[in-house]
Amino acid sequence: MGASINTKAVVIQGNEASAEGALLAGCTFFAGYPITPATEIAEVMAERMPKVGGIFIQMEDELASINSLIGAAWGGHKALTATSGPGYSLMQEGIGYAAVTETPCVIINVMRGGPSTGQPTMTSQQDVYQAKYGSHGDYEPIVLVPSSAQEALDLTIRAFNLSEKYLVPVTVLTDEVVGHTRERVVIPESPEIYNRVPPPEGEEYLPFRGEEKLGGVPYRANFGEGHNICVDGQLHDEIGMRVGHMVAPSAQLVKRIMAKINDNIDDISDYELYHTDDAEVVVLAYGSTARVALRSVLDARKDGIKAGLIKLKTLFPFPDAMIRNETRSATRVIVPECNAGKICNEVQRVVSVQVESMPKFGGAMHVPSEIFEAIKRS
Amino acid sequence: MNPLGKKYLRKEALPTIFCPGCGHGTVLNSTLRMLDKVGLENFLFVSGIGCSSWLPVFIKADVLHTLHGRAVAVATGLKLVQPDKKVMVFNGDGDNMAIGGNHFIHAARRNIDITVVMLNNYIYGMTGGQASPGTPLNSKTKTSPYGSHEKPFDAVKLAIGAGATFVARETSASPIKITRTLEKAVNHRGFSFVEIMSQCPTQAGRNIYGKSAPSDIFRILRDSAVSKKDTELLQGQFRTGIFHLDEETPVYSQKIEVAAS
Amino acid sequence: MVDIDKNQCKGCELCIINCKFEALVRGTERNSKGYIVPAYIADKCTSCKMCEFICPDLAITVIKENEL
Repeated sequence: MGASINTKAVVIQGNEASAEGALLAGCTFFAGYPITPATEIAEVMAERMPKVGGIFIQMEDELASINSLIGAAWGGHKALTATSGPGYSLMQEGIGYAAVTETPCVIINVMRGGPSTGQPTMTSQQDVYQAKYGSHGDYEPIVLVPSSAQEALDLTIRAFNLSEKYLVPVTVLTDEVVGHTRERVVIPESPEIYNRVPPPEGEEYLPFRGEEKLGGVPYRANFGEGHNICVDGQLHDEIGMRVGHMVAPSAQLVKRIMAKINDNIDDISDYELYHTDDAEVVVLAYGSTARVALRSVLDARKDGIKAGLIKLKTLFPFPDAMIRNETRSATRVIVPECNAGKICNEVQRVVSVQVESMPKFGGAMHVPSEIFEAIKRS
Repeated sequence: MNPLGKKYLRKEALPTIFCPGCGHGTVLNSTLRMLDKVGLENFLFVSGIGCSSWLPVFIKADVLHTLHGRAVAVATGLKLVQPDKKVMVFNGDGDNMAIGGNHFIHAARRNIDITVVMLNNYIYGMTGGQASPGTPLNSKTKTSPYGSHEKPFDAVKLAIGAGATFVARETSASPIKITRTLEKAVNHRGFSFVEIMSQCPTQAGRNIYGKSAPSDIFRILRDSAVSKKDTELLQGQFRTGIFHLDEETPVYSQKIEVAAS
Repeated sequence: MVDIDKNQCKGCELCIINCKFEALVRGTERNSKGYIVPAYIADKCTSCKMCEFICPDLAITVIKENEL
């Protein structure tokens, strides 16, 4: 296991870096379907999986891909798929199943212009709501947003760790720019790896009971270990028997699978702050837009403007408390994003000042000067 | 309860959801005899959504009760990472041939070493009796009140065409044949497909045949099955038996010579 | 000998129509769920096990003479 690249730093594109991160995290199963601009991830995994004794399979569609991940995960493996918008839409029912059955798995969505076939070779950040709300029903996924090839590697490792720790599907939301930009990436030698916690021996095992020790997450035994686990997509009790026809236990399950994420937000949340302490204008950005925004904020500071940047690396669960705190001196909050304006609504929900949305259409990105101009405007 | 039921059924999941006289119950009964012989500890089960898909939930084993049509895809992932286990899928005519059709034909094409047991009761039973790709032409169902305009799939031909290397058909009127055929299917190395025609007195009975007594629908099913190869088929009849056995085609395998680097 | 687990039975009568020897007939007793449970005629039974195999509810156990 581990990177086949023996040097400490390499120049690779974000897609390759995501694959490297998955390998470092201990991923031993990849199932996917070709789709621009994510295909390179599958191609790297096709070559590397057999070398680490893992499985690569190109499935017949994205529905088959996400579903084979579920089989592999219950078979005890860390499983990955990679896709873009149209495939991500197809995967939503599988993601919902993974959420309610607490199946750990990682989905990389290299966002492209939508909707529908949209703009296959152009970037966007349009799928941010879908990453949280894409499947029907109430559930709480984890969504990470890398902004560089380095972060594509680091956050993919983190995605696997969070997936194993919280027994939840995790989406790594990159975009065509992050996926295809070649830049310097440091390959960590031995990153910290987290694995699902097996049930203690000698005690009765309830596969879907939230354990206080684990923050509301169950112990996880795999198939083939003699525990006779029944996994069901219908709402179920602690031993996996259906309770969908009963109000109280149904409510109990949904509340628990949401609470295990929301109650542990401090552990799951990840972000970078630049000059927010005394900032009067705060820019909140994520993904590749965050790199543009950082340039603009630093330029504004040089110009004497008290600007600051909140760069999100965990998009969901949304860090309400942190954002409220870091915008406490701000009279304006600007949210540039490569979509019609989505996360700006989340920010507006959280802060009391008027949030200024800076949408972007057509597959273009913001340039530093336009965010700089927006900051300067009073 | 019979001794195999006492030994192998998951008590917390009982009673079964099967209606009185449901053929799926006979299939469950017959399956337990096979599992007793082959060894339940060797098996992992996957199912989709529908009456048929509840069958493995009643068995005290590792069971993945998944999404409508997706059981074969889940089973593929599970088998690839636990190749020493026998992975068995139970699904229905709608689950396997409508929404799950694509996953079915690709797993067959790959010759993945799993066994898919499709319980064909000619209808979508769980949802109240709508037409399925197993419903005979001109049949009245809740979504074909004037008679269905579509021919059903011949699942055996579909499986053979897709590349399955063990293909058989039996009915829930022949419990001993079911046990024997399932044993052959699970011991076959490669993609095994067993279609079991199963009587549904509640939905197929009422809608398609206009009768609801289990014994009436049972007799219709039993009399439709023809096991002798040289007997001519009458209207509405079908053949049972093993239709295809291919032990030459290599099982799907990822064994490749790759130097670790 | 045929043992019928009365409370598992759903009164479907598949055992009755599958018994070649007419050792099972429609009964007169109802179980706790209201289903009419078959009646067993020991004299006609050959312990062929067809009833045990066909029962969708696994309610029937056939105990062969030498096992009693």
